[in-house]
Amino acid sequence: MIIGEHKPIRELLAMIDGYNNILMVGCKGCVTVCNAGGSKEVAILAAALRIARRKQDKPVTIDEFTLDRQCEPEFISWLEDPVEKNKYDAIVSLACSIGPQYIAEAFETMVALPGLNTSFMGGTVEHGIWEEYCAACGSCVIHNFGGLCPITRCAKGLLNGPCGGSVDGRCEINEDIDCVWELIYRRMQKLGQVHRLEESIGAKDWSTSLSGGPRRIIREDLTV
Amino acid sequence: MKAETNLQKILARGEFAVTCEYNPPRGTDVDSVRRNAAQLKGKVDAVNVNDNTNARVRMSSWALSRILLDVGIEPILQMVTRDRNRIALQSDLLGASALGIQNVLCLTGDHPSKGDHPEAKGVFDIDAIQWISAVKQIRDQGLLMNGKDISGNPKLFIGAVANPFVQSVELHVIRLQKKVGAGAEFIQTQPVLDMERFKTWLGEAAQRGLTDKCFIIAGVIALSSVAMAQHLRSNVPGMMIPDTIMDRLGAQPEDRQLEEGVNICVECIEALKQVKGVKGVHIMAIGCEENIPEIIEKAKLLPRPDLS
Repeated sequence: MIIGEHKPIRELLAMIDGYNNILMVGCKGCVTVCNAGGSKEVAILAAALRIARRKQDKPVTIDEFTLDRQCEPEFISWLEDPVEKNKYDAIVSLACSIGPQYIAEAFETMVALPGLNTSFMGGTVEHGIWEEYCAACGSCVIHNFGGLCPITRCAKGLLNGPCGGSVDGRCEINEDIDCVWELIYRRMQKLGQVHRLEESIGAKDWSTSLSGGPRRIIREDLTV
Repeated sequence: MKAETNLQKILARGEFAVTCEYNPPRGTDVDSVRRNAAQLKGKVDAVNVNDNTNARVRMSSWALSRILLDVGIEPILQMVTRDRNRIALQSDLLGASALGIQNVLCLTGDHPSKGDHPEAKGVFDIDAIQWISAVKQIRDQGLLMNGKDISGNPKLFIGAVANPFVQSVELHVIRLQKKVGAGAEFIQTQPVLDMERFKTWLGEAAQRGLTDKCFIIAGVIALSSVAMAQHLRSNVPGMMIPDTIMDRLGAQPEDRQLEEGVNICVECIEALKQVKGVKGVHIMAIGCEENIPEIIEKAKLLPRPDLS
C-alpha cells in the first residue's frame, strides 16, 4: 500500500494561512490502513488546526468529509455538492498526493492542499512501524534475488551484491536498516541458490521508471 | 587497447607495487597540490585520486589526475557511480582518456547521506560492476554501453576495490568475482589491520581462482592519532580498526601516537609482503600524508623500479 504521514502542524498552518473556510477530505484507502488519512485522523487533525487558529486569533471553519478513495475521479465527484453549497476557500486532502491532484483537476478554481506527505510503497512491519518495499521501477526483477528487492531496500540500489560499507549485516547509512544483500544471501542459502548470485546483472533499463517520464498504462481490453 | 601504465608494468613483472591515496583539495589551489604531490615522486608507482570521497565535494578527480600527470606522477583516476549516470560517466571517461589518464578505478561510492551534502539525490544509475564492464567494452570493443562506436582507442588499466572485513565473506567474494569477471585487472582493498581476517578473505578469493586473475593490492593505513582512528571508525563506512590497534595507539602519549601509527603501518606492509597472492600495497595516510615517504622508506620499498 501507499504509506503516508501527516505534514507537521506548523507546515499545515502556514499552508492554510489566509483561508477561513476549509474542507478537509480523508480517504478510506491505504492511508486509513496506515493511520494517516482516515476519518479518525481527519477529525483529530481538523480539531488541532481549529484550536491552533483560535490561539492565533484567526478562527477557521473546517468541515470534515471522508471518501471511499481519492484515486478515482468518480469518488472525487461526490465533493461537488458540499463544495457548491459551502463555498470553501480551500480543500485539504488527507490522501496520498493523488487525492489533492484529482481535486485540483476536478475543481478548477479551488485551492487544493496536501495534508499528508506521501512517503513510500510498503507495508506494516509491526504496529506503528512501516517500511518501504517497492520503488515502482516498472520492471520487476526480484525473482533474481530470492524475492527481495535490492533496488528499493539497498540504499544504493545495487544489483550485483553488497557494497563494502555493509558492516555486520547493517546498511552503511543507518545501523537500524538491514543490509538487504545479507537478507538476500541468507534467503538464497535457504533456497540452495547461492550460485545464482554469481550471475552478473547488467545495467538496468530505467526507462520504465519515473526516469522515463510520467508513466501511463493502457489496457486495450478494458478501454471503451 | 590495454594500457601499459607504470602500475600495470610493475604488476605484470611481478614487482611489489606501491600506491597511495591523494584527496583533491576543496578548492582550486593547485600550487599546494603540486608542492604536496612532489614528495611522492619516485616514491610510489601510482597515486589514487579520490572522487569526492565520503561524498564530500572536492576538485574533480579527472582534473587533479591531469595535474598530477603534469608533475610526473601517474594517477589512478577514481570514478564513482554515485554522482553521475551512465551518460556522464562515459563522457568523463572519454575526456580523461583524451587527457592521457589511463589507470581507472571503478567504485560505487559512499552514500550521499554520509557526506557534506546529505540533501543530495544519489544517482546510482549503474553499480561498480556494470561500470567496470562498460569501461572494458569501451576499451576492448570501442563501443559505448548503447553499442555505438567511438573514435580513437582509449588505453585503460581497470581497477576496482574490495572490503575483506565483512560479515559474509562468501557473499563479498562473489561480488569480487563479478568485478574480476567484468574486467577488473587490479583490486585495492580496505586497510588491513586484522591479518587473520584478511587471510580468510584472501583464501576464499584464491579458492575461486581470483588471485591468479587479478592483481590484489592490499590496503594499509597510517593512523595519526587515537582521535583520528576513532573518527575513521565511526564515520568511514567499511573501515575496520580492531581494539588491539586502538589500545596500541592509546598506550602512547599524544605526541608519540603518530610515530606508533607509522610503525603499525610499516609492520603491516612487512607482513603483507610475505602473504602469497598479495601483489602490492596501497597506503592510506589520512591527515598524515606527509609521512608517506617515511613509511615507504621504513618498509624498505625503495628504490621503486624504473620501467620508463
